[in-house]
Amino acid sequence: MNTENHATMICLDVQRGVGAGATRIQRYELPAGAAASLLDGLRWVREHLDPTLALRYSCINANACKECMMLLDGKVVYACVARMQPGATHSVAPLANKARIRDLISEIAPVKERLAGEQEDDDE
Amino acid sequence: MSAENIVHMETDVLIVGAGGAGMSAAIAAAQAGSRVIMADRSLIGRGGATIMAQMTVAVALGEQTPDDWRNHYADTLKAGRGLCSEPLARLLCERGIDSIRLMDSWGVGWARADGHLTQAHAPGHDRPRCVYVDYLNTGPAVAKTLRTQVARDDRIARLGDILVVDLLIDGGRAVGVVALHLTTGERLVIRAGAVIIATGGLTRLYKRNSASLNMGGDGYALALRAGARLIDMEFVQFFPIGHLAPRLVGFDPIMWDPFRYKLGGRLLNGLGEEFVEKYGHAAENQGYTVTRDAATYAILKEVEAGRGSPAGGAYLSFRHVPEADLRKAFGPIIDKLAANGIDLTKNDIEVAPIAHYHMGGIRVDVGMATDIPGLYAAGEAVGGANGANRLSGNAITEAITFGLQAGRSAAAFAQAAQPAGEAQAARLAAPALAMLDQESEAPAPGANVAAFIARLQEIMQSHVGPFRSEEGLNLALREIAQLRDTCGQTLAGGTGPQDPERVDALDLRNMLLVAEAVARSALARRESRGAHQRDDYPGLDDGWTLNQTLSWRDGQWTLATQAVERLTPEEAKSLASHEQVGQA
Repeated sequence: MNTENHATMICLDVQRGVGAGATRIQRYELPAGAAASLLDGLRWVREHLDPTLALRYSCINANACKECMMLLDGKVVYACVARMQPGATHSVAPLANKARIRDLISEIAPVKERLAGEQEDDDE
Repeated sequence: MSAENIVHMETDVLIVGAGGAGMSAAIAAAQAGSRVIMADRSLIGRGGATIMAQMTVAVALGEQTPDDWRNHYADTLKAGRGLCSEPLARLLCERGIDSIRLMDSWGVGWARADGHLTQAHAPGHDRPRCVYVDYLNTGPAVAKTLRTQVARDDRIARLGDILVVDLLIDGGRAVGVVALHLTTGERLVIRAGAVIIATGGLTRLYKRNSASLNMGGDGYALALRAGARLIDMEFVQFFPIGHLAPRLVGFDPIMWDPFRYKLGGRLLNGLGEEFVEKYGHAAENQGYTVTRDAATYAILKEVEAGRGSPAGGAYLSFRHVPEADLRKAFGPIIDKLAANGIDLTKNDIEVAPIAHYHMGGIRVDVGMATDIPGLYAAGEAVGGANGANRLSGNAITEAITFGLQAGRSAAAFAQAAQPAGEAQAARLAAPALAMLDQESEAPAPGANVAAFIARLQEIMQSHVGPFRSEEGLNLALREIAQLRDTCGQTLAGGTGPQDPERVDALDLRNMLLVAEAVARSALARRESRGAHQRDDYPGLDDGWTLNQTLSWRDGQWTLATQAVERLTPEEAKSLASHEQVGQA
């Protein structure tokens, strides 16, 4: 890839895996114009490259639902407001301090709002 | 598959959806003594449309200026272009006052000045009537307040990450649901004395929308498959000035409406000319008065005539507003805009209509009961209160008021209902459980279910959007059928936790059904009214002052018309004798 092309692309190295299972890094290359934000980029990947990539978000672009938290280059971000650098390669991973469910989805629901939490309550 | 990995649960009232309507319903049902399960496919109180609300909540409090609910009611009916169900609109306007006062008592923080609540004057209202929370914080504040109230009541079990797949109907009565627990992939059978659908609207059907991901019409599809009638499905509100360009990160696309309320602003075509008055509306220098359906029409007609902005919309300009005024009205938001490279004293922005709200929905009576005993609906999932066009500010009022009403009704029904047993529920659930048990192979090249959803959104935007024609609607119906064939009977994805293909496949199953409901209703209405504009039938036809209902049973659609529901003669008489408070 030459420099000129390079500046028009963005590379995402995404950490993938289910639950406590094995983790692998999958690289996605996408046009810079498809990713003003990290969330834009990941949605583009799902529609154009790989529908099996799991991520969670709800409000899409308003930064209201606060569901799209993940790690971008090691820092906690909301994917909907994290900007992408054309030409750059970014690493993307699920939150480090929460249990992974699949790919970029972590268990972020408060304990009292989980099905398992409810059942435990019933057992008390 | 084995029966033991199916989780069975039981409650009095099950609420599907935890936005403003769902949470309000939960509070009311629990207060009436019911055990409640409130399930949401996302997080509790974060994923619906409520939290996205930027500003206005319409209600005749008379704080800013003397007012009476009957004035609000008259404006609601006028905006609805003759098609509002009068009993539902009355409930919204009259009981809405208590709902909004209740929110105030719970500390939502409605903006105040000079010792009273501040009420903004939104288009279509005869006076200032809309309370709000600064800055652009109405939705988050309402959602947080309701979340706090819900969490205080231990009769309410809050369950996130639960996607409801189908209703269980036993002898014509709703007795529960089949659901998928996304976190684990487990299948659930939840039995309930009554079920409330509070899943919001369908704006995700459109490519350009202001919705959250969850607004794919789930509740309409659940109701259709259960045999309930929908009403007014052709009336999708397009919000005229959705943000179009330049790309903004971290803003809801409906963000410019509050700017218009507070600062006016000028809507200009690609040539820099004001144009709204050309379409028979008051000029923009008279203030922000043009209603949503009319502004959508004007902008798209300018674009059609080749006078659009570069990105295909209109310009919105605040360049004439002094920076000090901008700061006073929107404080930190001005800095957020600066971070996006936008200085409103120097730059115009581009706006265009985006799908925003659904006037249509599940047909209910004034108690929020659907055609199916034991099945209720609340909030945007309900059709009828707003007719052919919703008045600005009615959505949150409707969500809370209808939610409380549905909660009370469902609790009363559940108290008297004979619950279904576990074995009976398992039998009723068998087809849906079998569907969820499918494990599909890795997707064939080109069979990308996320791309199929995008394709459906394009079809709906192009042919079932703000402007419609017989040719376009028929084309859309053919394309919808083709997409359904392409998807086939097998659900994409597997049975594991948070499988995104499986979730997309279940969503697309709903979206295709609901898209067809909208297109069929739009095809049948051969006139233009409010949010439904037909290129081939321009103009309102008095003969069409009727609501359309739609049902889907055994794969057959039944479309019918019904007279608009009016108040009883006695009720109407008492309204007519009312001397309007504060009328100029």
